[in-house]
Amino acid sequence: MKGSFGFFINAKNLRFPSLISILCLPLMAAAAPPDVPAVIVIRNATILTVSHGNIEHGSILIKDGKIAEVGVSVNAPKDAQVIDAAGQFVIPGIIDCHSHIAAESINEGSVSVSSIVNMAEILNPEDIDIYRDLAGGVTSANILHGSANAIGGQTLVIKLRWGQPAAKLPFEGALPGIKFALGENPKRSNFSIPGQPRRYPVTRMGVEETIRGAFSEARDYKKTWNEYNKRAAAGERNLIAPRRDLRLEPLVEVLEGKRYVHSHCYREDEILMLLRVAKEFGFKVRTFQHVLEGYKVADELAAADVGASTFSDWWAYKVEAYDAIPYNAALMTQRGVVVSINSDDAEEATHLNQEAAKSMKYGGLSHDEALKMVTLNPAMQLGIDKRVGTIDVGKDADLAIYNRDPLSAYAVVQKTLIDGRVYFDLQRDIAERAEREKEKKALIDKFKKAAEKKPEEKKPDAAGQKPGEEKPEEKKPEAKKPEEKPKPPQTDGIDSGSTVTLGGAL
Amino acid sequence: MKATPTALRAALILIAVCVLPAIAGAQAAPPNTYAITHAKIFTLAGSAIEDGTVVFRDGKITAVGAGIEIPAGAHVTDAKGLQVYPGIFDSITQMGLREIGAVSATVDSTETGNYNPDVVAATAVSPSSEHIPVTRAAGITEVLAVPGSGGFDSGGSNSVIGGQASAIHLAGWVIDEMLIKKSAAMVIRWPEIETQTFDFATFSRKEKPYSEAKQEYDKQVNEITDWLERARHYAQAMEKGSPAKYDRDLKLEALAPVVRRELPILVFADRAREIRNAVEFCDKQELRMILAGAAEAYKVKDLLRSKGVPVILRPMLTLPPDEDDPYDRLLSQPAELAASGVKFAIASFDNSFARRLGQNAANAVAHGLPYDEALKAVTIYPAQIFGLGDQIGTIEQGKLANLIVTNGDPLELTTDIKYLFIRGQLTSMENRHLRLYEKYLKRPKSQ
Repeated sequence: MKGSFGFFINAKNLRFPSLISILCLPLMAAAAPPDVPAVIVIRNATILTVSHGNIEHGSILIKDGKIAEVGVSVNAPKDAQVIDAAGQFVIPGIIDCHSHIAAESINEGSVSVSSIVNMAEILNPEDIDIYRDLAGGVTSANILHGSANAIGGQTLVIKLRWGQPAAKLPFEGALPGIKFALGENPKRSNFSIPGQPRRYPVTRMGVEETIRGAFSEARDYKKTWNEYNKRAAAGERNLIAPRRDLRLEPLVEVLEGKRYVHSHCYREDEILMLLRVAKEFGFKVRTFQHVLEGYKVADELAAADVGASTFSDWWAYKVEAYDAIPYNAALMTQRGVVVSINSDDAEEATHLNQEAAKSMKYGGLSHDEALKMVTLNPAMQLGIDKRVGTIDVGKDADLAIYNRDPLSAYAVVQKTLIDGRVYFDLQRDIAERAEREKEKKALIDKFKKAAEKKPEEKKPDAAGQKPGEEKPEEKKPEAKKPEEKPKPPQTDGIDSGSTVTLGGAL
Repeated sequence: MKATPTALRAALILIAVCVLPAIAGAQAAPPNTYAITHAKIFTLAGSAIEDGTVVFRDGKITAVGAGIEIPAGAHVTDAKGLQVYPGIFDSITQMGLREIGAVSATVDSTETGNYNPDVVAATAVSPSSEHIPVTRAAGITEVLAVPGSGGFDSGGSNSVIGGQASAIHLAGWVIDEMLIKKSAAMVIRWPEIETQTFDFATFSRKEKPYSEAKQEYDKQVNEITDWLERARHYAQAMEKGSPAKYDRDLKLEALAPVVRRELPILVFADRAREIRNAVEFCDKQELRMILAGAAEAYKVKDLLRSKGVPVILRPMLTLPPDEDDPYDRLLSQPAELAASGVKFAIASFDNSFARRLGQNAANAVAHGLPYDEALKAVTIYPAQIFGLGDQIGTIEQGKLANLIVTNGDPLELTTDIKYLFIRGQLTSMENRHLRLYEKYLKRPKSQ
């Protein structure tokens, strides 16, 4: 899992796109986005609205991608497409407040302030993890930069519209964000390249000063522009505009409340540090991410009205995670903090419903409170709760349908809808597998034939591989793969267990 | 504030039960006879017993069934409304060998060098590891501590023969009290034909031609073969001659039980090609192979069944190895293996996430594995695979009393473990997490 290495390496760390995958993937991704029937009605479901209780044998009417009616009975037109959800549970689509899917890369780690880079510009709509997370009921995700820098890159919220081009992924109207990071990662405590000097900062003191320094600059920069704009507006002529600074512009947006701060953190002291710095410069921290010691300063978090987005039960992969406890979410909730459970990992995102359920065992939260951790609460934290997060009339029809109560390890997603379109359908997924296999086999055969036709390209099997030893489904020798991007052994965020030292989100 | 959570309450009772007598007299021996009464008992050796009793004395189960007489002087736990199961066995962990992954000083999982058959996990298991009580609180009563993880935390060591795995109880003052079997398996990482590797020095992916990768693979396999050959000769010399006739070699001595088929080898391999190669190799070498990892075991299930190779599966909650695999590839694999008669256990392959073992097994059930098989995959099957089936894994007369008492399905996320017995002793579920929880639960409201 997120844990360890070598023998213990997670299969997800074994991932590397084989030639076959590369050949197949564009075909899979090229599948047109699902049709959007004008009217859909989901019938006979147990509806967990999150906002106003549960409805047994309920129906949801969806018109033009929005929820039009919810109740025991709805006025569905005759031509409405019907989804019979008898015996099934419908919840608002899961919102993952900390994700690194659909990104070509996630860490500009060369500098301590990398606010110049923007995740919105490197979205990869063909990342298979989009589909896998959809299959886990996830409909929206906060796509964050990594945590290598005290001030990291710009971030955005997306909807998991698999099959759509990159331009269709961003969550319309959602305020953009910026990643901050405190503690071991921006200090590069667990990471160094032999022979290279260490990068400032290497202490938590330096992390504070890096942030304070950047905001001092940003404040001056803002003042300079304000002055210029004022004089220009007053009609002053021959003014020379200040030079644009792309690094400081996002920080000015933070100061103006136009961009959310999502700060990676672990220890109680660094959490309070950032709250002090934010107060000093007059900006708000929107969410603390991971915030594994949030339970120690829950009152302070509640008083600052800042959201906490944490893991369910990760711990001990590094020193700053040694005091992590699975009761964190419950303790913070009980002291008035809005808490979400996030993934930071494409696999973890496939069962966030289960991770939320753990807050009932560890700390005694109610079923409703637990479900909120992956629906309404992250929606509130990302400022998209007017659009998603509950099943209410007027909201986007972003829904996940399970075969049983989703707060169980036995629940399986049957369908995931975004904007009223079925983007994941378990039955369809299973039904299409045979066709996919056929397609894959045809591609392999084609590749083999092409290889046979070129005797000058020596077959790698010459190196002693017995004929027929290699089965077609296996990894091929792979001569050249220009499409392939170099990827670190794991693509997850920094907090993926001890892989902290290697993770893509470093 | 919410009502005191049940886990906390259970812990307080346990503290009262365990700690108070200790205060009264530090040397006071704990009771040696226990009876759990009025419970639904899932023995995993036959059907469940309603309103059942299980009695154990001096660490071993003496009777189980309905209407069992309770011996005089027994410490009785009324488990009305509760359920009793064998304790969960996590059959691949680094328990006690690795405290904080990122801090190398706390990691003793992997020795440097490629061939270390003589190192033994039990030597380095820290009985005071914070992971042990945390894992225990999840109903896990025993684990296999496996050395030789390779990878970054071991200074880049990529050991092929990693050493001997030890089966241990998750309770005991010193390792001797914890041991079930000091040497339960020899750990081998099966070499891969790696055309792509990740170079940590430059933090970039390196590619090499297949022929070169194959050569390196062959070289490693030849080295393993060579070690085994030498071990065979050494074992023969040991049998036939006096010590004077051969120089003592600790590594060969450690391998002797492997070539004599007394000790199974736990072979880590995930891809179908590596699994196939490893199975063929072990078959030819006449070794007792246990496969570990096995992300693509489904591709070679017939081979595994026909050769009788048991498997320790990595967590189902793992993404498929290839981008074009079905999204549920690892989730549905247990059902597929069970249907084709491959014997397998499920393990956490971790410490921090050991407590997710039940969750993983439940997810396999959600994707088609019969429930009973899932339960057995974390209890009796791993016990049998590692030759401990006569000691642990079911609730039967004569077996060690490693038991859990729960308020529900032990694989479900919200189930609480109410009592836990290891070697017949009521064992505390107090742990680092509960301690911190209680401490901060009581933090006065900040002004």
